[in-house]
Amino acid sequence: MATLEIDNLHAEVAEEGGETILRGVELEVGSNEIHALMGPNGSGKSTLAKVIAGHPAYEVTEGAVRLHLDGDEFEELAEADEDELSWNLLDLEPNERAALGIFLGFQYPAEIEGVTMVNFLRTALNAKLEEREELFEDEEDEEEETDATNEDAAGYDTSPMEGPADEGDVGVAEFQQILQEKMEQLDMDESFASRYLNAGFSGGEKKQNEVLQAAVLEPEIAVLDEIDSGLDIDRLQDVSNGINALRDEQGAGILQITHYQRILDYVEPDHVHVMLDGQVATSGGPELAEKLEDEGYDWVREEAVEAA
Amino acid sequence: MSSEDLQDTNTEKRFEFKKEEKSAFEAEKGLTEETIRVISEDKDEPEWMLERRLRALEQFKEMPMPDDWPAAPDLSEVDVDQIVPYIRPDIETRGGVDDWNDLPEEIQDTFDKLGIPEAEKNALSGVGAQYESEIVYQNMQERWEEKGVIFCDMDKAVQEHPEIVREYFMTKAVPPSDNKFAALHGAIWSGGSFVYVPEDTTVDMPVQAYFRMNSDGMGQFEHTLIVAEEGSEVHYIEGCSAPKYSEFNLHSGGVEVFVKEGAHVQYSTVQNWSKNTYNLNTKRAIAEADATMEWVSGSMGSKATMLYPSTVLKGPGATDNHITIAFAGEGQDIDTGAKVYHNAPDTKSTIESKSISKDGGRTNYRGLVHMADGATDSSTSVECDALMFDNDSTSDTMPYMEIQEQNVDVAHEATVGKIGDEDVFYLQSRGLDDDDAKQMIVAGFIEPITEELPIEYAVELNRLIELEMEGSLG
Repeated sequence: MATLEIDNLHAEVAEEGGETILRGVELEVGSNEIHALMGPNGSGKSTLAKVIAGHPAYEVTEGAVRLHLDGDEFEELAEADEDELSWNLLDLEPNERAALGIFLGFQYPAEIEGVTMVNFLRTALNAKLEEREELFEDEEDEEEETDATNEDAAGYDTSPMEGPADEGDVGVAEFQQILQEKMEQLDMDESFASRYLNAGFSGGEKKQNEVLQAAVLEPEIAVLDEIDSGLDIDRLQDVSNGINALRDEQGAGILQITHYQRILDYVEPDHVHVMLDGQVATSGGPELAEKLEDEGYDWVREEAVEAA
Repeated sequence: MSSEDLQDTNTEKRFEFKKEEKSAFEAEKGLTEETIRVISEDKDEPEWMLERRLRALEQFKEMPMPDDWPAAPDLSEVDVDQIVPYIRPDIETRGGVDDWNDLPEEIQDTFDKLGIPEAEKNALSGVGAQYESEIVYQNMQERWEEKGVIFCDMDKAVQEHPEIVREYFMTKAVPPSDNKFAALHGAIWSGGSFVYVPEDTTVDMPVQAYFRMNSDGMGQFEHTLIVAEEGSEVHYIEGCSAPKYSEFNLHSGGVEVFVKEGAHVQYSTVQNWSKNTYNLNTKRAIAEADATMEWVSGSMGSKATMLYPSTVLKGPGATDNHITIAFAGEGQDIDTGAKVYHNAPDTKSTIESKSISKDGGRTNYRGLVHMADGATDSSTSVECDALMFDNDSTSDTMPYMEIQEQNVDVAHEATVGKIGDEDVFYLQSRGLDDDDAKQMIVAGFIEPITEELPIEYAVELNRLIELEMEGSLG
């Protein structure tokens, strides 16, 4: 079990005189929950997603983003103290956040030529497992770990394009099995595995690929940034099935950023939040999304003004 | 050598080690007629070769340095009077030994560290290893020898196959008059490989050679001559490296490839020179009708490199492909490219050039595509991609196109990009740390090269780039 707790989060664009975008976001997402985050363009939804994941383009000026993990689920944490199971994500590098179980599904994922999906994902999975181990270790073990890492890094057994076979916990054959299963679940063609990461993918394929990556990396909390935009109805269903599986089968908590009610017909949210001017202006159940679909955001804005 | 040794991650150690110099004969510094005569005599060369050397020396003296090119690398430090042009390693057997165990221990050890026997164990068809100026080890699988394939040290070829060498050696492809360093090479060349493939013979595994410069302030001038007769096929691959010394080193190799009608030659090279080496080579292929020439090269290291492998498409239907990659770090000027002469109809060429620069390094693509009058229905496509790590590094593209024929298809495309922050962040958000993310992007960038190389070289190229990126290779 995990909880992502966003507390009074303020952030601005990380350059001199950068615009302030987040102005006190409060939000909590737990395992097995689906939260929809809606709001007009420019309200700060994507910025929030990037700040959670640690994008260097934004600077946090106030507040905290904490991740609490539950010891029951992690062998390595079983005997740990309560406060050792909480991290302020803002202190961590993006890859360390990923290792703790934060996943960001991108609206516009990068295209990386020459790097096959299968090589990339296996490298990412092993990097995550290794980093995770380090994050959970206390200082005494650290020296030992350094030695072990040096040994681990010894050479390639296979093509460098396939990555070092002996590096990491999950080997090539084992990983291929995992990937194949996940791709089948998402109804993806097996040729996906050998294609270059997002290169030449259609918009729909990219979104599907983001969900596939989440399925493989098994995050605690997945933040999915407009993963439904530009999808035809078939693909929308595939992607939605994938998101539901993240929760139902892996128990992930999901923060689903979207403009449209449409995806919420397939991925039913437990909570709906509306973001306005860098804050969560109002929250409710699935009925809130329907009301937004019918009436737009103006009433939320009016209510917010009245409350202030 | 065990595979663990080969896979020793400390590649720095593998490349940086030096051996105590122990040579049987060392020519005096500098370049005089006397020096040339001594080299030729020491090699017991026929008169015609000595004459060629002396003529080349004359041409060398007359020719200017190539320093008036636009943005040419600075060669002012290159003073041939300061180099030792020829060192013969201390081995009893001239022309190399064919049993690895007959080599002196120190040389065995050197090549062990470089993983050469390991590469051979992996069943490549032939291996030649040059240490300083001479080939010290040569092996060719018998089954190729039986078919008349010749793979030997160039010095030995002069002795044993004079009729072929005399016809092709610096007469048609790379005459000494080509440029100052070709002339220098013609005067003091030593060692290198000779590959002869008879008609309709396919050597289906790569023939490979490894060149190693080990002494301080020396020059290496190996000559490679490949003759592929009609309908034959061969892949020749060479690797080069040199440790770092305080004085400058000069590497000025010469490569000549003859691709006869319908033949197919791939010439691959992965070079990693120490950062005080001036790498100034002349490489040229002549492709007859329906022949295919392929150049695949990775240029790493060196202080300055000037290298433009060229192909003359002489016969109708001939094809040429270039894939090159250059990496320049701090203080390095890597000036490479390709030249293709379309001298016949229906000829085709593609040039794919990739460069990476970081920490203030400079890469330059300098290319020439010549479409002769009468080269009808010929086509060329040139693609240059540059990847930069930071704002201190530079990358230039200087493509020259000389088009004298109307009916041709010419395409050129160049892209220059900085390693994208968004790309790096994307990979980081999946769990890769900053270094690994950049490493992965670069590995993807050079994938078209590594894909073309046998696995040992692909691994080595990736390792070298990894080390360059960490800045740990001296």
